[in-house]
Amino acid sequence: MASKSSIKTPMNRVLGLGSAKDGVGHWWEQRLSSIALIPLTLLFVAPFLSAYGQSAFGAEGHLAVLAIYSDPSNAIVAILFVAVSFWHLQQGLQVVIEDYVHAKAARTTLLIGNALGCWAVAAVGVFAILKIAFTAAPEFAG
Amino acid sequence: MADVNRGDRPLSPHLQVYKPQITSVLSILHRATGVALTLGGVLLVWWFLAAATGPEYFLFVDGLLTSPLGGLVMLGSAFALAYHSLNGIRHLFWDAGYGFDLDSVATSGWAVVIGAIAITVLLWIFA
Repeated sequence: MASKSSIKTPMNRVLGLGSAKDGVGHWWEQRLSSIALIPLTLLFVAPFLSAYGQSAFGAEGHLAVLAIYSDPSNAIVAILFVAVSFWHLQQGLQVVIEDYVHAKAARTTLLIGNALGCWAVAAVGVFAILKIAFTAAPEFAG
Repeated sequence: MADVNRGDRPLSPHLQVYKPQITSVLSILHRATGVALTLGGVLLVWWFLAAATGPEYFLFVDGLLTSPLGGLVMLGSAFALAYHSLNGIRHLFWDAGYGFDLDSVATSGWAVVIGAIAITVLLWIFA
């Protein structure tokens, strides 16, 4: 409700959606991605640690990595971890840009580049994991 | 904002005039680790891309990420991820309205720092 000291109507306050102009939408989605990343990070770490550094075993090591990520549960967790991480990164970098870059042209350019860049890198990551999951030969799976 | 003529009005004080405190230092570290994890995220995607491409490219990229310099970047990313995750959980409790008194803020802050260092050391030993 508008206080006595404000000349704004309650409708104007609602439509204005505060100084950020988008209400709590961004804030809420950032909490959503944060909460999702807690279990995803825990599930992602163990298979990744057994796959990272396998190049020490040469081509055999590479096959071991393919085997790990052709397991559907490892692949799905990795896809969600990469996708949600870059969603969350985009949200976080957006806030940092909005806080520190005030010149309008630079700010808009960085906000666009941030959003498109995060989606692009996430797409590459998801595609790579899907390719491993779908093309690793059956004898390397499981 | 940038095109506003501020005349001779004073600027707000910069960060460095304040005495570092556990609250402010950890807040800055949360943002710094978040931005730094951009590098870790891109390296992770590069690593997956290399594994998907073939054995030769995988040996090159995985070898680079396990070299002394690459390993240091990975260890730094591990600390950043551990710290940002633990402090993120601390933030979620604040968002829910818990742990706002100064004693709790200091205690949870030190717990996050010790936890992040412990996780990093464990990862260093076992990976």
